[in-house]
Amino acid sequence: MTVRVRLSLDTASIALGGKGVARALADAGVEIVPVGSRGLFWLEPLLEVETASGWRAFGPVAACDVAGILDATRAAAAHPLSLGRIEEHPFLKAQTRLTFAHCGAVIPASLQNYIEAGGLAGLRRTIEIGPKAVRDEVLNSGLRGRGGAGFPAGIKWNGAADAPGDVKYVVCNADEGDSGTYADRMLMEGDPFLLIEGMVIAAIATGATKGYIYIRSEYPLAVAAMRRAIVAAVEGGLLGASVLGSGHAFDLEVRVGAGSYVCGEETALLESIEGRRGQVRAKPPLPVHSGLFGKPTVINNVLTFAAAVTVLTKGADFYRDLGFGKSRGTMPIQLAGDIKYGGLFETPFGVTLGELVNAIGGGTRSGRPIRAVQVGGPLGAYFPPALFDTPFDYEAFTAKGGLIGHGGVVVFNDTVDMANQARFAMEFCAVESCGKCTPCRIGSVRGMETIDRILKEPDGTAQIALLRDLCDTMKSGSLCALGGFVPYPVLSAIDHFPEDFVAR
Amino acid sequence: MSGNQPWNEDRARATIAPYAAEPGGLLPALHALQAEFGFVPKPVILLLAQAFNLSRAEVFGVASFYHDFRLDRPTGAHVLKLCRAEACQAVGAERIADAAQARLKLGWGETGADGTWTLQPVYCLGLCASGPSGMLDGEPLGRLDEAKLAELIERVVP
Repeated sequence: MTVRVRLSLDTASIALGGKGVARALADAGVEIVPVGSRGLFWLEPLLEVETASGWRAFGPVAACDVAGILDATRAAAAHPLSLGRIEEHPFLKAQTRLTFAHCGAVIPASLQNYIEAGGLAGLRRTIEIGPKAVRDEVLNSGLRGRGGAGFPAGIKWNGAADAPGDVKYVVCNADEGDSGTYADRMLMEGDPFLLIEGMVIAAIATGATKGYIYIRSEYPLAVAAMRRAIVAAVEGGLLGASVLGSGHAFDLEVRVGAGSYVCGEETALLESIEGRRGQVRAKPPLPVHSGLFGKPTVINNVLTFAAAVTVLTKGADFYRDLGFGKSRGTMPIQLAGDIKYGGLFETPFGVTLGELVNAIGGGTRSGRPIRAVQVGGPLGAYFPPALFDTPFDYEAFTAKGGLIGHGGVVVFNDTVDMANQARFAMEFCAVESCGKCTPCRIGSVRGMETIDRILKEPDGTAQIALLRDLCDTMKSGSLCALGGFVPYPVLSAIDHFPEDFVAR
Repeated sequence: MSGNQPWNEDRARATIAPYAAEPGGLLPALHALQAEFGFVPKPVILLLAQAFNLSRAEVFGVASFYHDFRLDRPTGAHVLKLCRAEACQAVGAERIADAAQARLKLGWGETGADGTWTLQPVYCLGLCASGPSGMLDGEPLGRLDEAKLAELIERVVP
């Protein structure tokens, strides 16, 4: 009998030598089942071999390990890279995987495999209970937008459903540009039908007939995986003139970004899909009233649509019973940077930052002490270890001068220069600003110059006051979150690490 | 990708045609043109303006807004992208960048005179737990160090 193996072949696994492992396996005559990643990146490339007693995992595997691993599984013998059943791994055991329950286990190219794993139950229930009841479920679940703003998804969906218009759109924001985040990429590469199912649910709930997934060009494998899945979904009747025979029509298309960070802002993203410069629109009107091509549009992040599938499959009560404060359900948190066990950790809101980086993440990969942790991407605040008791929750992070954003947690060791990081935030904002509003376009450049002066002048007190004042202007005067949030990393660096803001 | 084809107006028109009727087709058309010619040659601005019923200024405004579109010249035969974003900074991306710049004798965004290499910055490839990361001719790279980088460059152009 041919030996079957599951090999993760997502971007991360390939970056760490996955293709070489695949070649070695093919040479050994093994049947490879290509899957996405489980999200335990220190173990990639991760290999699972089918044995009489179930799947046995190994990692991190190099091409030269393949022969030894196959021998060990044949003889049921020990192997230094053996991990046993991957589901029993403590890093996975400690999680509550809902959105990522099947990522790394299902074949991303197979709709059949998705259905066998329990897929489409949420959509079937959607068709059964009808649009109004679906929107009530999403509203009652307490699901908030996972892109960063945390706006209640149910209110957004109701807004689009109630807006007059014969043409409505559902748009997925897959422009995951925040450093430290990779959950959208993992999901699109590893379980693309989950996103499609979530978008179809949103379309039926709001009366939309056309959808777009806007994926950044830096994610070529995610683009390919989604396009492949859409073709299979059309063939399988999940998309098209009558979704699963329900009479609801819904078509879906992938659009690829072109390297602009600000296009992750929802109105800039809509402009970009329309074929224009990715410039932010002033709100109102809100996209639910006048969005893509001026029509009512639901725009949500990848993880929001995916979470809606869980809400519909398991019910609003199930979802709402998980979480902390006003943040309900689970959050796929992404541990990144200088961290020993870097990976995706899906857990109900409420876990503290310290638990995440120390207990779960195992501290730094380099072995050096942690100095700062940036949460929420380039526009998120830097937290010192003194604030590690902050629970992962939208409101708790806001209260500490930060944000959880898209759930990225980037660990820096004691060699980090916080003035440099603050300057980088301003520089990044200057490069990526769409140019529409002055506080962002000009303010970011002035911010860089002011930080340079702080590091040059013998007494920087006046310049620091000026920088704070500038941050205040950017925060309240910018059109969108780019200029509006860049003060978070800058001010947190000054507040928590003032010793770095001196002349050198 | 067919990549770096010599300029040919008919080919450019044929590349644009399928996108002209599509809502918001300008961006996909620009992507397709760049895939064909390795950059966005100046004459296509007029062709796009005609196809999409826009002014040349509007088309140029779109093409120049996005970092991906190259308006000056094609990329080199090999493109090395290195991540400069925070998660990679935290694990030594700057060191890798310095090593790459010194070895290829190129600054960010530059293409060597012999057209062999282009070095581009990239802000996040979603490999934030496996940094420093990069991409060489479309293949993702993780946990880069100076030795691995030198070996990769050597392997492509000995």
